[in-house]
Amino acid sequence: MIQQVIFYLFAALLIFSGVRVVASRNPVHSALFLVLAFVAAAPLWIMAGAEFLGLVLVFVYVGAVMTLFLFVVMMLNLDEVPRSKGFVRYLPFGLIIVGLIVTLMLNVIDPSHFSLHVNAGMIVPQHHSNTKELGLMLFTQYLLPFELAGALLIVAIISAIGLAFRGPRARKVQDPSAQIAVKRNERVRLVNMEAEKKS
Amino acid sequence: MLDPILQLLWIVIKILIIVLPLLGVVAYYTLAERKVIGFIQLRVGPNRVGFKGLFQPIADGLKLLTKELIFPTKSNKYLFVIAPVMAIAPSLAAWAVVPFSPHLVLSNVNAGLLYVLAMTSLGIYGVLFAGWASNSKYAIYGALRSAAQMVSYEIAMGFSLIGVLLAANSTNLSDIVMRQSGGIWHWYFIPLFPLFLVYWISAVAETNRAPFDVAEGESEIVAGFHVEYSGIMFGVFFLAEYANMLLLSILVATLFMGGWLSPFQGIPVLGALFSFVPGILWLFLKAGFFAFVYLWIRATFPRYRYDQIMRLGWKVLIPVTIVWLVVASFGVHFHIGPWFS
Amino acid sequence: MNCIKKFFKTFLLWELLQGLKVTGRYFFARKITIQYPEEKTPISPRFRGLHALRRYANGEERCIACKLCEAVCPALAITIEAEPRDDGSRRTTRYDIDLFKCIFCGFCEESCPVDSIVETHHMHYHMNERGQNIMSKSQLLAIGDKYEAQIAKDKAADAPYR
Repeated sequence: MIQQVIFYLFAALLIFSGVRVVASRNPVHSALFLVLAFVAAAPLWIMAGAEFLGLVLVFVYVGAVMTLFLFVVMMLNLDEVPRSKGFVRYLPFGLIIVGLIVTLMLNVIDPSHFSLHVNAGMIVPQHHSNTKELGLMLFTQYLLPFELAGALLIVAIISAIGLAFRGPRARKVQDPSAQIAVKRNERVRLVNMEAEKKS
Repeated sequence: MLDPILQLLWIVIKILIIVLPLLGVVAYYTLAERKVIGFIQLRVGPNRVGFKGLFQPIADGLKLLTKELIFPTKSNKYLFVIAPVMAIAPSLAAWAVVPFSPHLVLSNVNAGLLYVLAMTSLGIYGVLFAGWASNSKYAIYGALRSAAQMVSYEIAMGFSLIGVLLAANSTNLSDIVMRQSGGIWHWYFIPLFPLFLVYWISAVAETNRAPFDVAEGESEIVAGFHVEYSGIMFGVFFLAEYANMLLLSILVATLFMGGWLSPFQGIPVLGALFSFVPGILWLFLKAGFFAFVYLWIRATFPRYRYDQIMRLGWKVLIPVTIVWLVVASFGVHFHIGPWFS
Repeated sequence: MNCIKKFFKTFLLWELLQGLKVTGRYFFARKITIQYPEEKTPISPRFRGLHALRRYANGEERCIACKLCEAVCPALAITIEAEPRDDGSRRTTRYDIDLFKCIFCGFCEESCPVDSIVETHHMHYHMNERGQNIMSKSQLLAIGDKYEAQIAKDKAADAPYR
């Protein structure tokens, strides 16, 4: 009963924020609604028994990725975009993409494919750890795809750095480790001065 | 029909039992900060309101409540109001999984560690919202600094937590504490000492406290993300910061210092002598020590420069954690010592 | 060897711990705070507070309207008007000090040939309305009468050094 109420609450929130991501005219608002969408999706995943994925969604997407995303959007200082700009022009492409996605999802999330009717009555034991199951699967059965995905990300990072790198510049930067390593007698010389004679 | 409502009510009551005393402790933690820093600077701190200044937090709270709330022109009103709430909500929510003693925990979930990590990473949104909604350059600078800093140190923090869960073989906070039972030499700060240091340093950085308080560096960007806030909205930010500090203190005590376990466990005479002390008291003593260290650090160290903070986070702490993760996994593989069984 | 030592010192936060030791020691040190309204720090006899005009022991005012203080005042806070009195002696008819202009430098006190204008230890005064910042001659004389004993004591204490 409570679970159902919570589910419908967060599901409604998810749909609402998803719509606002697209409909919002201010890019910062769009990004914030995307954050809200992630936050609303996480409890749904947790209720489906995937607490690891749900928390990682919050931790990685909301905590890190969207932060950097917001960072960029806030720095760009974009004003509100007129809504009708290019709306009709891109409408056909949008409709085609939406149609494709809907067909794809109908095919994939069909109960017979997803075996939802099997899962519905599944009783999860008290100390069943979704995290452990996920780890076992990732590092045994799906090791190669997992490592490939990791390699792909590394390549993406390196290429991003390569694109942004504009060659070494002559900069005046301090070297903190050299600054820290300084000893007192390298900087200060204590000199014994003869006392002034009183006349 | 009535049963779920009663169940819900019971949960709300349990939440209140944790949150209300917590807010009181947070309020008095602000007084403790002023007293401790005063003592270290050879002053006596606030001592006028009530006996030895004990009513100072109440007076401060009343003052903030009666002050005017100012909304800057061209600020985003909704976000401006939501920001303090976003700052304090995660720091209170994370207390749900903190185990106070073997059976005293609001929610004994399996992924407790991940939940804590997720909640601490959410705290950044209060800062970001405040910075952007204020429509002020100092606020946005503070928010950007703090966002970059928190994202950077979250990685080091997460890695050091991975060390703990490697050793404990569990992400349940109660299990992690139980794995450390058997005496002070079983606590994780010994085998995972570098991770313990890294975790503590990133905990200080994560809460934007001195010496990593560039987000609100008074001398550079006046007060950073909360320049434009006044009255109780500033007060909520203030409470959020201190609630976060207390949360991280108690987490360090739980993860590395054996939580509610007695430090005299396993020592022949002393162990029996101190067995009457309830576990929750040990936890509070340990957490209190770390909360004190927060203030001690603030009174001692000068603020890091911004590039130095980034260098420390990326070039020192993360490599250290990765190296020690390898060491810890070897320890787990070969069952070294009493720690990695 | 030295390199290894430095490595360990860096990663064990040795220098930070030394810093913490210093502040930790002061945490337990005796506090030097003076609880102000109840306790007070000693005040130098040369303290420069609110002004006063003094009188001789026979009740005659000291000021002879030489206007040296008015001339020396760097903030132009003093306004003096003078006329011969009925007995022929030169006296002020007006002696105003604007406390908003005054910077409490004490030059008026130094310049006075007859030790008439002085600065007392009185420092807790306030004004409720505009205009109260101007101290008139009668007010200054009244202050002088009130604090004469203290002023005389301070002058005596400071006398050997002038």
